[in-house]
Amino acid sequence: MSRLLIRTPSQAQAVVDNLYGNMERRIAASPPGLCPVDMALNFLNLCHAQSCGKCTPCRIGLGQLSILLRQVLDGEATMTTLDVIRDTAKAIVDSTDCAIGTNAARLVLDGLEGFKDDYISHIRDKHCLGSLQNPVPCVALCPAGVDIPGYIALIAAGRLDDAVKLIRKDNPWPIACAYICEHPCEARCRRTMMDAPMNIRGLKKYAVDNAGFVPNPPCAEKTGKKVAVVGGGPGGLSAAYYLTLMGHDVTVFERHKKLGGMLRYGIPAYRFPREKIDEEIANILSVGITAHTGVDIGKDIPFDELMAKYDALYIAIGAQTDKKTGMPGEDSGNVMSAVEMLGKIGDDEMPDFAGKNVVVIGGGNVAMDVCRSSVRLGAKKVSCVYRRRQVDMTALPEEVEGALAEGVELLTLQAPVRIEADASGNAVALWTQPQVIGPMDNAYRPRPMKADQSETRIEADLIVLAIGQGVETHGFEQMGIEVSHGSITTHADSRLPSGDGIFAGGDCVTGPATAIRAIAAGKVAAANIDEYLGFHHEITTDVEVPKPAFNNRPPHGRVNLQEREAGERKHDFSCIECEMSHQEAQIESTRCLRCDYFGYGNFKGGRNEKW
Amino acid sequence: MVTLKIDGHQVSVPEGTTILDAAKLVSIKIPTLCYLKEVNEIAACRICVVEVEGLDRLVPACTAKVHEGMVVHTCTDRVKRTRRINLRLILSQHNSNCPLCIRNGNCTLQDLARDNNLIYNPYPKNVPNSPWSTSNYIIRDESKCVKCMRCIQVCDKIQGMNIWDVVGTGSRTTVGVSLNRTLAESDCALCGQCVTHCPVGALRGRDDIQRVYAALKDPEITTIVQVAPAVRSAWAENLGLTREQSTTGRMVSALRRLGFDYIFDTNFSADLTIMEEGSEFIERFTHKADYAWPMFTSCCPGWVRFLKSQYPAFTGNLSTAKSPQQMFGAVAKSYFAEKMGLDPHKICVISVMPCTAKKSECAQPNQNDACGDPDVDYVITTRELERMLRGDNVDPTTLPESEFDSPLGTGTGAAVVFGATGGVMDAALRSAYYLVTGSNPDPDAFRQVRGMDGWKEASFTIPGAGEVKVAVVSGLGNTRRLMEAIDKGWVEYDFVEVMACPGGCAGGGGQPIHDGQELAEDRSDILWDLDHNAAIRFSHENPEVQTLYADFLGKPLGHTAHHLLHTDHTAWEMPKNPRLK
Repeated sequence: MSRLLIRTPSQAQAVVDNLYGNMERRIAASPPGLCPVDMALNFLNLCHAQSCGKCTPCRIGLGQLSILLRQVLDGEATMTTLDVIRDTAKAIVDSTDCAIGTNAARLVLDGLEGFKDDYISHIRDKHCLGSLQNPVPCVALCPAGVDIPGYIALIAAGRLDDAVKLIRKDNPWPIACAYICEHPCEARCRRTMMDAPMNIRGLKKYAVDNAGFVPNPPCAEKTGKKVAVVGGGPGGLSAAYYLTLMGHDVTVFERHKKLGGMLRYGIPAYRFPREKIDEEIANILSVGITAHTGVDIGKDIPFDELMAKYDALYIAIGAQTDKKTGMPGEDSGNVMSAVEMLGKIGDDEMPDFAGKNVVVIGGGNVAMDVCRSSVRLGAKKVSCVYRRRQVDMTALPEEVEGALAEGVELLTLQAPVRIEADASGNAVALWTQPQVIGPMDNAYRPRPMKADQSETRIEADLIVLAIGQGVETHGFEQMGIEVSHGSITTHADSRLPSGDGIFAGGDCVTGPATAIRAIAAGKVAAANIDEYLGFHHEITTDVEVPKPAFNNRPPHGRVNLQEREAGERKHDFSCIECEMSHQEAQIESTRCLRCDYFGYGNFKGGRNEKW
Repeated sequence: MVTLKIDGHQVSVPEGTTILDAAKLVSIKIPTLCYLKEVNEIAACRICVVEVEGLDRLVPACTAKVHEGMVVHTCTDRVKRTRRINLRLILSQHNSNCPLCIRNGNCTLQDLARDNNLIYNPYPKNVPNSPWSTSNYIIRDESKCVKCMRCIQVCDKIQGMNIWDVVGTGSRTTVGVSLNRTLAESDCALCGQCVTHCPVGALRGRDDIQRVYAALKDPEITTIVQVAPAVRSAWAENLGLTREQSTTGRMVSALRRLGFDYIFDTNFSADLTIMEEGSEFIERFTHKADYAWPMFTSCCPGWVRFLKSQYPAFTGNLSTAKSPQQMFGAVAKSYFAEKMGLDPHKICVISVMPCTAKKSECAQPNQNDACGDPDVDYVITTRELERMLRGDNVDPTTLPESEFDSPLGTGTGAAVVFGATGGVMDAALRSAYYLVTGSNPDPDAFRQVRGMDGWKEASFTIPGAGEVKVAVVSGLGNTRRLMEAIDKGWVEYDFVEVMACPGGCAGGGGQPIHDGQELAEDRSDILWDLDHNAAIRFSHENPEVQTLYADFLGKPLGHTAHHLLHTDHTAWEMPKNPRLK
């Protein structure tokens, strides 16, 4: 008689595992705007199916919770039902034996707090608060609302110039976004349900790399109104671009030597080549924007003078100051901030890191930019010091992987405590306190805790702090502009509460964020400044998007952009990403499921033709 | 051109044609439910699915475009099975108590179930329901809604009102009033276009038949019925009469069978409206500086509701003349009551209207000028008239023709065209011309304002008064475009006719329903023919209207006329468009 058997998964189990994978992708691709109570109910039912059935609270309690939630959704519940749901869920959390029940009930409790208003709306008004605002997930998630299915269809049709034109209707920075956008559009791509999200940024890059010169639309008749834009970054120039198209006379004031903001002074050339940013800015300016660089508003030109001379004002100064750690020795020589270092590189003043041990503090994308730039500047060794684990880094995983491939060392679970300087005051080492990973915080990110180990000394010739940026608000505060939590306060339409005709947007309002959010803010400001000036110009395009065909769309792998090999690319600042081939673009663009048409698109309209 | 094969039949059609339209050319009728040409092409119901060789999945014929060499199969086992399953799924959530449904016998879902030989349903019944006040003029029955979304689309795309919207997500997705409002709280114009475009019985107008029967059987009450112009173009469409049989005279006889004491014609008061509104226009036109321009017609209650809710600042531009329906009621309960020695409080005025908004118009609190009671008591739609005739076993086919009663039963050709877009303008211009010049124009001089264009413009010179610039719009979507243009100063007119329903009252929301057909034009043709063949084609020549002025009213815009025939449009509240600040 055999005592043990080798376990092999059954056919059924293999299929179920497949279904799990499918469901994971499906949840990832959940469209924004669904009823949270309905989702909670259905997650609860999934949890209930996972129950082994031993313990009363889990076996029966989860089922009763499900019935109660259904009553809420069917408009059959009263406010007392919410108390019953809460008490039952608490009892399950308190008394069931394992995580299957506990976690399921906790999910219900979290929802009761997190979307209380939705529960109440179902009970009192018999309907849901939310609704599908935009039928197309990628467009809904793009802060600027770029017509993504539209330009993908144009790429599939080989009309790359039209694709660029269509993007520019909502975003005058197609090249920048093709190279560096964090592509929130891909997060809920419906294609994920079948295989993987569309490579939207990759397709855009193919379009801008191959479209050639694409002219801008003509400007509207001159209105005679003058608008000043403070800050020549992505947000400021976006507002300037659209306001100029609307016929207003726009002047941009930029403190740096060159335009581009963080696209130039934050993002290294290997991610966004200098000739590309210059090409994009030249195109934006070509609609007729006047730009003055090297002008510091508040110092070179008093703010009041600007207010007096212009009919409206857009403040888009970004988040350009660096945050400090406050640790001893931070003021030593050979310690610099990411903003300072990347700023110099932006002005083509390349520091010489040859033969140096560079220690970078931080775990975000900026830290990765500093690390990888340091490698390219000839550093002997680059170490990235971070107080949590690699998985907890806020940098995009591909940035971290890229850095590692280029030889950057990650020193994780090391909290910087002080900088050691030599007699002449120059940093020679960073001391860190080793950490262990701890419990989750409210944002469900684990907090590091002090490890039972002694401090570590990390030798350093140069220390770069990349722990975040702030907004230079001091001057504005003195001008009476409202500032809270280190950012300028505005209404949702980007008007300042205090000043008539003054608008603000981008990083200086939100704190450090992404280029596409700054661009979106510039678009919003342009529309509202136009209204404020008494006009209602509409931005539109004559590009017609091809109607989709009824095709078979079998599951198919996603085309990923390739990178130059690490050993080669780490020696220069040339673009690390390879171009998408024509063949790849054809394959990838025809993967698009055309949610602008299929599904809710052909009902509620998958396209905003103008704004 | 593209050549394809459908069920073995070769057909050549222009590029961009749908499979559905291509199939029609080879006499293949692919069944549809949600589809409404150019309005609702969303492929939601999946009844019209067909098989296309080379494609893995079935495609909806209503939206899939043909291509060269395409081979389509509309009737394979797979297609039929899928179609029947989708129908059964819809039926599993449909309150299919057909005998108790207003659309019994005129229901697309019922037809589909019959045509697909569905005699049982394996799916358990799970019919949703939600409360709806039956005092509303438009009634929505959730238990019948098939979520075709046509109501939303008609309201958005044709009428531009956005009253209906999708509510909820997932399995609870349904239709409701937008922005979490009730219908009564909303700025709904009550045009009823959602009702006439509903394929099933999910939307209906309020049924006032029992109220009318109660009046009819009350021996104390004298019942007076008035029939709107457009009703005579459509009243017998669903009663099995040919167009030739469906005469006005036969309609009058049918009404007489229902037991009304007096059968009168809204055409009479349409002529009266022209006298008042035409005179008002001439008064305004010759004192231009004293008035806001343009002057708007006021006979369509859907339009009045639209203007008051969407462009309230323009309310003063409306003619103060009441609508023909309300003028009729005011005259019936004053002049006619006096003449016949009747107590006006014992008179019940019933209107037969092609319109659901008329039900709300007669209930406006200030439409009570004759005796303090509402001037018009009840409004029934053309569809309700049809139901009354069926209920009272009246077979109009064999009825002899008869005349309207006197004195409120005489109308001219100028009055009967009130039921078609441009008709009010045409009639008003005919009489305005006479009022200024003292002589009649050619009755067909103003034909530029006729026809089905949604927004018509014309300019006419009236000797002695000058050039009159007019516009005629129908459909509230077109109306909004016109109002935007007026508001922005892009266009300037002196006189504008607006009808809320596309094509005017002929296409009204109270007219008989024929799924997938737009009959406003055909019905309007009947009305223009009636005008063409009328003995009198000028409102000011209506002999009974002349008698009314001579014996009772005095002159147009005079004291009595002002009291009885004009109204203050600001005396009642209308919910505003929520987008207005």
